[in-house]
Amino acid sequence: MGLDFTVVPGYLDIILLGVVWTIAITLGAAILSFFGGIFFAVIALYGPWFVRLPFRAFEWLFMGTPLLLQLFLIYFGLVQIGIDLPAFVAGVIGLGLHFAVYNSELIQTAIIAVDRGQMEAARTLGLSRGQALRKVVVPQAVRDVIPPIGNNMIALLKDSALVSVIGVSELTLSAQRAIGNTYRPFEFYVVAAAFYYVINLGMEWVLRRIERRVQAAR
Amino acid sequence: MDIDLMMRVYPFFLKAAWVTVQLSIYTAILGLACGALGASMRLSRLAVLRFLGAAYVSVFRGTPALIQLFILYFGGPQIGIQLNAFEAGVIGLGVNIGAYMTETIRGSIIAIDKGQREAARTLGLSGWQAMRKVILPQAARLMIRPLGVNINALIKGTALVAAISVVELTYTAQRYIGSTYKPFEMFLLSGVLYMIIIYGTGQAIKWLDRRARIV
Repeated sequence: MGLDFTVVPGYLDIILLGVVWTIAITLGAAILSFFGGIFFAVIALYGPWFVRLPFRAFEWLFMGTPLLLQLFLIYFGLVQIGIDLPAFVAGVIGLGLHFAVYNSELIQTAIIAVDRGQMEAARTLGLSRGQALRKVVVPQAVRDVIPPIGNNMIALLKDSALVSVIGVSELTLSAQRAIGNTYRPFEFYVVAAAFYYVINLGMEWVLRRIERRVQAAR
Repeated sequence: MDIDLMMRVYPFFLKAAWVTVQLSIYTAILGLACGALGASMRLSRLAVLRFLGAAYVSVFRGTPALIQLFILYFGGPQIGIQLNAFEAGVIGLGVNIGAYMTETIRGSIIAIDKGQREAARTLGLSGWQAMRKVILPQAARLMIRPLGVNINALIKGTALVAAISVVELTYTAQRYIGSTYKPFEMFLLSGVLYMIIIYGTGQAIKWLDRRARIV
């Protein structure tokens, strides 16, 4: 059986729809992982011990196990306790939480690196601890880690392929659907890879622009 | 929590963990070989090799590992490559992680001060001798930790082969979740085993790194 790419154009609509869903899930999970990462970092550093300790355990568990396993836990686990989420939502939550933990690691280090004087000055000016964190310390910390967070987002895009396993109709699953009809795995997976590559390039371009703007703002 | 069930099924998880360990070891070896080859291509004097090395890194880091695995395993037979799932898993994951290791190895080599090479050349060593006897021994020490990060990612990445039905930890967990409807217990069983593998490997790498330090 040789290669025959002429079957691809007939399925381009399905593939393009998959591209749209891949971008949607990546964006959703990226936003969740960004704000979740900030939230986790603040909890891990400033929360009371009975919040901090369980969170550390959660962090440890999430950094030491594969994403795919976590997706199975979230998708089937939520159903188990009576919450029947659509696969798309479960995918966004799973991907988002996974990368929130990684972002939180970065942001924690950055918060510690922000000069103590900033917090002291803010307190002296009459801001509460929460206000000082929200308005002075965290924004500076986040700005410092935009480039490595960007790298996590690129990793997130590629890992979004995993949610095909729990049945989200993104690019990978769309390719599989087309393969189910045509029995041409090589052609469609290569096409899917090409689309991922292009989305990746686009994302890198956007991230570079964001980085430049953040740099300019300093 | 259903401890009884966990006690009943844990031997299957242990067996699966052993498959994950084997997968990780073979993948790490292949990945290091690809990384060394890729790095030497990227640092080559020949523009063609440099381009090929850069293309390898860009393509394999720019697309999902899962898709690469599917191309190899499901698409392979169309271009005459017949592999069983385990072999496809090792080759697919190894070549993928090799692209990341290429950058790690290359980064460590170019981090060595240029003066080292110049001094070695001045002392009469050939370019290759300078690389082998002066640069690489120093770069090797630098790359232990970042390669450790790659290996950590690789171990977690072996979960992907569950999607091509290799009976390793994630596949086993998935199957038992399906048959027992106890996702949390199965996650805990496989999660603990993953963490033992990952943190064990991490400790080994830290030990290696400490031993390799000169100062």
